[in-house]
Amino acid sequence: MILHLTTILAFQLIGETLARSFNLIVPGPVLGMALLLAFFIASPRAAKAIQPTAQSLLSHLSLLFVPAGVGIIGHLDRLGTDGPAIFLALAVSTALAITVGALVFSGLSALLETSE
Amino acid sequence: MNEFTQIWTYLAEEPLLWLTATLIAYSLGDAAFRASKKKPYVNPVLIAVMLLALVLWGTATPYQTYFEGAQFVHFMLGPATVALAAPLYGNLSKIRRSAIPMFCALLAGSTTAILSALGVTYALGIRGEVLMSIAPKSVTAPVALGISESIGGSPTLTAVLVILTGVMGAVMATPLLNLLRITDWRARGFAVGVASHGIGTARAFQVNETAGAFAGIGMGLNAMLTAVLAPLIVSLLV
Repeated sequence: MILHLTTILAFQLIGETLARSFNLIVPGPVLGMALLLAFFIASPRAAKAIQPTAQSLLSHLSLLFVPAGVGIIGHLDRLGTDGPAIFLALAVSTALAITVGALVFSGLSALLETSE
Repeated sequence: MNEFTQIWTYLAEEPLLWLTATLIAYSLGDAAFRASKKKPYVNPVLIAVMLLALVLWGTATPYQTYFEGAQFVHFMLGPATVALAAPLYGNLSKIRRSAIPMFCALLAGSTTAILSALGVTYALGIRGEVLMSIAPKSVTAPVALGISESIGGSPTLTAVLVILTGVMGAVMATPLLNLLRITDWRARGFAVGVASHGIGTARAFQVNETAGAFAGIGMGLNAMLTAVLAPLIVSLLV
């Protein structure tokens, strides 16, 4: 468990170091995720060992967003005046993005899978 | 009463109190979610945030004090992002087979998210810093903050907009995708990950493992793409 957690943290550390030293737009943890995936492909045994620890980290993913979300209390005044407009924009934009993304994905994959 | 004040003064300055409060608030949110038989609109993040905001407001506690305790939870966002490699690895063959639809859906979803957010906000008369803060709202929090700063937004406002977007995506995804009659778990998960990052991804994992894995990759890819697209779109429009 400790070894697996250390591996995950080490990959984040490598990711952060690379992202910062080369001024990449890709954030450190995302880079760490890509590198860990490459490591899993190279060593399926390591993938099998780390899987349970990774799964338990992800099982309460939503909890990790709570502290940032509470930051809303610092912006209540601004959300008071611009609030309705901002809420409407977020709702419309999120619904549109989900709709467009899902339709393009399922449309294209249906098209490609029937032509195969 | 005096004794109580002393104890409160001690606790209010220690990270322990707000760390525990964060976990309790989330547990309550999660319990409500389970009690509702996992209805999407009973969102644990939303409930926890509202409870904590009320407590902070009621006790006149500044956000900085709260965050000193909550930062331990916040820190785990990084390792959790890295851990997404595990479900990606588990779904590798499915991901390989859907590379083309994934790439096109990413481009379409990401562009739609940025343009529609800017468009609606602008149409409603909002300009300047708030307008810029909304552009990267579909991207995972740590990345969105960097993008917001680089295009002239307010990073702390962006953090809040990112969380709101995530909660909205998590709440609307299931009914919206059912309405659209999209049954492909890959398409459903991926679109939700692109539009509403980690909170959407967390919701996708609750529904279906494949949807979760595709949401995770959608989130990761959109973080990279929006970092390029948002500054580009802003420089073309403004």
